[in-house]
Amino acid sequence: MKIRFTKSQKRTILRIAASAVLLGVAAALPLEGVLKLTAFLIPYLVIGWDVLYRAIMNIARGRVFDENFLMGLATIGALAIGQYPEAVFVMLFYQTGELFQDVAVARSRQSIADLMSIAPDTANLLSGGVYVTVSPEEVPIGSTILIRPGERIPLDGVVLDGTSELDTAALTGESVPRPVSVGDAVISGCINLRGVLTVKTEKTFGDSAVSRILELVENAAAKKAKAENFISVFARYYTPAVVVAALAAAFIPPLFFNGVWEEWIFRALIFLVVSCPCALVISIPLGFFGGIGAASRHGILVKGGNYLEALAKADTFVFDKTGTITTGTFSVVSADAEALYYAAHAGAESTHPLSVSIRESFGEIDRSRVRNITEIGGRGISAEVDGHFVLSGNANLLREHGVAFTPSAADATAVYVSVDGQYVGCVSLEDIVKPEAAQAFAELRSLGISRTVMLTGDREEAAERVAEAVGVSAFQANLLPQDKVSAVEELLGGKGHLVFVGDGINDAPVLARADIGVAMGALGSDAAIEAADVVLMDDSLTRLPEAVRIARKTRRIVWQNIIFALGIKFGVIILAVFGYANMWEAIFADVGVAVIAILNAMRMLRV
Amino acid sequence: MQKSYKLENLCCAHCAANMEHAIKKISGVHSATVAFMTQKLILEAEEADFPAILEEVKKAIRKVEPDCHIIEP
Repeated sequence: MKIRFTKSQKRTILRIAASAVLLGVAAALPLEGVLKLTAFLIPYLVIGWDVLYRAIMNIARGRVFDENFLMGLATIGALAIGQYPEAVFVMLFYQTGELFQDVAVARSRQSIADLMSIAPDTANLLSGGVYVTVSPEEVPIGSTILIRPGERIPLDGVVLDGTSELDTAALTGESVPRPVSVGDAVISGCINLRGVLTVKTEKTFGDSAVSRILELVENAAAKKAKAENFISVFARYYTPAVVVAALAAAFIPPLFFNGVWEEWIFRALIFLVVSCPCALVISIPLGFFGGIGAASRHGILVKGGNYLEALAKADTFVFDKTGTITTGTFSVVSADAEALYYAAHAGAESTHPLSVSIRESFGEIDRSRVRNITEIGGRGISAEVDGHFVLSGNANLLREHGVAFTPSAADATAVYVSVDGQYVGCVSLEDIVKPEAAQAFAELRSLGISRTVMLTGDREEAAERVAEAVGVSAFQANLLPQDKVSAVEELLGGKGHLVFVGDGINDAPVLARADIGVAMGALGSDAAIEAADVVLMDDSLTRLPEAVRIARKTRRIVWQNIIFALGIKFGVIILAVFGYANMWEAIFADVGVAVIAILNAMRMLRV
Repeated sequence: MQKSYKLENLCCAHCAANMEHAIKKISGVHSATVAFMTQKLILEAEEADFPAILEEVKKAIRKVEPDCHIIEP
């Protein structure tokens, strides 16, 4: 990435160069006394006048202890005791450090902005038989828009005509193009790779995926991690404390213990130079910001630094089965013909994955044969089919209606069907485990996450089959939707944090109850984006270990910076008390540490 | 209700933290966050109080960083 300096940054660079040259001249001239001081004052003022000016302005406003004041005091003190070159150098390095911080921050902002440059600029709107180019904000819901190859999809909608492949990498981190054809939903922000697509828009620009994602990432920096808040509070006390310590060091030993004035003032000045908390204060939000950015590049939207921090400490992962560990589509493995007929018709209106799969397996449904459909949550469906009272659902449904039946022996999901109170047979379905599931669980285990729990409303046998196939450490079957919340509550309260992973459909209460709610495959699902703390843009389970790795790396970098910066600063303070530290070490503890901490934090930008 | 404002010329992370601290102390403010990286102020307060609070916020910001000001949406 090319670094572009702003006007004020360029001016600072010039001043640094000019001051360095003038400092060299001042050091080379064989001057003494006032002339020597004047020679050094020139480079000092060239580089430091604005710091002094701001310090005075802030004192006038009643704000002492800011970095300008500290640097002003330290350098004037150094001039007072004859440490001329040191005074200039402190100012010089301080300004270099500030410049560096500025550039680093601008660069990470730019990197996140680039990453998020997925917002399309224009849309081709069908208007009066011709396509006109308009701004995406102006396109109403239900409009027809045209997307040519190479263009970004401007608004969420459904394909009316054309087939193509979409590059979703900017949104999901997935590099394999996604094929689309008539009737498929398309998400704004993807790039149309091949054919021309005509799309009917289903959302306004403000509600489209691309706007929502941008908003989410923009706002993520506002949810601060504990480490960040800790440092803000720490910084508020650290600086005044060091300044008080500096005053004590300057006056107490010479006044009461026969210390040499010059020596102790010099030590106090070292305190002042290291008292600036900038390195810490800046490197921590920078680290989290970078971590959130790195996660979004991998199709993982984290809603705040606090969630990233919590994810690093997660030790329990709880999963919904259907749609999360499995694909959410079922295949009918065996069925009694009569049971299949009634189950398909009773479920004519249902969006439950089982009903959808049964309908697909049965074929064409005559809707006019079905009346009085009632969905019974966690049980099944009752309906009138061909004038008969049909129950279609799990064992509990039939048991509660007093229907005798033979439980299925297969390790599959069973839909039992009764007609007018008589059991007629069952439909056995197997859900398809996601191909990457086993690998994802193996990766989670290798990250030390030992407790993985699968929750499902499905029967024990079916749950066990899936649990064994993917390798979860425990599972709970036969749960009603409301049971999932209490199951999660029981699992909460361990040492680490609990993550609940769902597909974002019907699990908002559980997502909210967990320490971290993760919604997968949330492209386009507003409810899931709303309820979750972490949103996975596609539904690949391998994003989870990836998210944990990014979270841990972020935490590691942040703590490295905290420990490193504080360690060096306190180290120099202690050395200074005993007279072993000089001004150069103090400058390193201030500017050097800031630069190193920032460089360390910026490693997150390359994850 | 919650509103978000863009901040211009917010150039020091430590100042952002100080600003946040000062804004939180303004009466009527439920919560306030100053995000240094995205240069944003997110303010939560009763809708009716916003005009008065905003004046106080501007003062608090000016006190911490004189060049910094908020851009009202």
